[in-house]
Amino acid sequence: MSKVKEGLFYAKSHEWVEYTDDIVAIGLSDYAQEELGDVVFVNLPEIGEKISVGEAFCDVESVKAVSDIISPVAGEVVEINDELADNPEMLNKDCYSSWICKMGKITAEGNLMDAKTYEKFLAEQK
Amino acid sequence: MESKTPLYESHLRAGGKMVAFAGFMLPVQYAAGGVIAEHNAVRKAAGLFDVSHMGEFILSGKDALANLQYLLTNDYSGLSDGFVHYSPMCYENGGIVDDLLVYKFTDNLYLIVVNAANKVKDYQWISDHLSGEVELGDISNYVAQLALQGPKAIDIMRKLTAAEDIPECNYSFKPHAKVSGKACLLSRTGYTGEDGFEIYCSPADAPKIWDNLLAAGEQFGLMPCGLGARDTLRMEAAMPLYGHEINADITPLEAGLGCFVKFDKEDFIGKQALTEANSLLRCRVGLKMVDKGIAREGCEVFADDRKIGYVCSGTMFPYLGYAGAMALVDIAYKPLGTQVIVDVRGRKLLAEIIKMPFYHRPKSV
Repeated sequence: MSKVKEGLFYAKSHEWVEYTDDIVAIGLSDYAQEELGDVVFVNLPEIGEKISVGEAFCDVESVKAVSDIISPVAGEVVEINDELADNPEMLNKDCYSSWICKMGKITAEGNLMDAKTYEKFLAEQK
Repeated sequence: MESKTPLYESHLRAGGKMVAFAGFMLPVQYAAGGVIAEHNAVRKAAGLFDVSHMGEFILSGKDALANLQYLLTNDYSGLSDGFVHYSPMCYENGGIVDDLLVYKFTDNLYLIVVNAANKVKDYQWISDHLSGEVELGDISNYVAQLALQGPKAIDIMRKLTAAEDIPECNYSFKPHAKVSGKACLLSRTGYTGEDGFEIYCSPADAPKIWDNLLAAGEQFGLMPCGLGARDTLRMEAAMPLYGHEINADITPLEAGLGCFVKFDKEDFIGKQALTEANSLLRCRVGLKMVDKGIAREGCEVFADDRKIGYVCSGTMFPYLGYAGAMALVDIAYKPLGTQVIVDVRGRKLLAEIIKMPFYHRPKSV
């Protein structure tokens, strides 16, 4: 059973979003990392990049395949998690601490679910 | 609708993540492992694979050898009973129908093991080109196949098999071995770059052999391994896979399999085309990524501002710890150390031609 962390918001494409003041951190849910398998490379976005809702802003490679990470919000990248460049496996080991990037100047957000709703959504996936 | 191998239930019990592959439901990885852990278990200890999807044919009759000699590019005339030879099987134009293993029981009896995805095509191709007193039979549905691979494979096999039933030489086999009391054909072959065995048995016996091997291997660090690790292992060992490094448009010479094409043989399908192609235009090379990123199948390769080829397959090599790939490129860029650019989804990444195989197993002491 995939873990869902309280207090975060989730997209249907399995990214999580954490709000801290006007900054948004984005990462991958436990379900997403399980589906991906061993992550071996993260192609991070660049600071200053403007991203819209639904845009593929980052790609994550497992040994087998490449997966696009879809942005749940529109805004500008203000910080990237450089540690993932050297330790991509952190996305598997600790997906809820391993944010991919932080965005500011948020202008829009897609449909996000709270933890309870996301849990229900996952249950329906089976 | 995909078929289940005789080990389907065993995979579910072991937490296998099942996917459809070549008409079968097979585990891509297991919950306890994951591709990297399974891959490294095979390099450092041992791994157990279900390869029951492979196709098995029996070729028999007085003219069996003559037909093999004509159908395949390798030379079977000198092969001893109880030994195995790899060979490409070519079209008239030199392109590859499939690559396969031939096991020799006697001059009149052979086992041919082919890729699952090509089984129907191969059977048809071989049938269409047989002549004389010879018979082809497809026994795939009556055979399960397991692969036990890795430096500890021999120690595990010794626990379940009498010494005289264990094939000693690489590419040899015992046709009537017993593994944990069950009748098997046991061969010293594999597709991982490691020492190991392939076990052909009756589907009814497969689950028992699987369980007993896993139990016997526990103390050695044996892990069940899925298709994911099978693919990364063969890539690290630079072994070609049909549909990637080889296909109907690639000749064995281009694929670097020239040592399995015996031009001294009187005649074989594809001989004329391959003989005339004496100046190769492109060849298979090994690439190591210099820039960060992973070249994948289909990525285009550039040098001197022009396209020189494409990537056949690539991954992050779990054991070696770097990203590498095999590519088919213009032969001018073959020399080791040549730098090329790989277009990875729009990013131009620097890579270098390096020697294959990327991984070579250490000589046993």
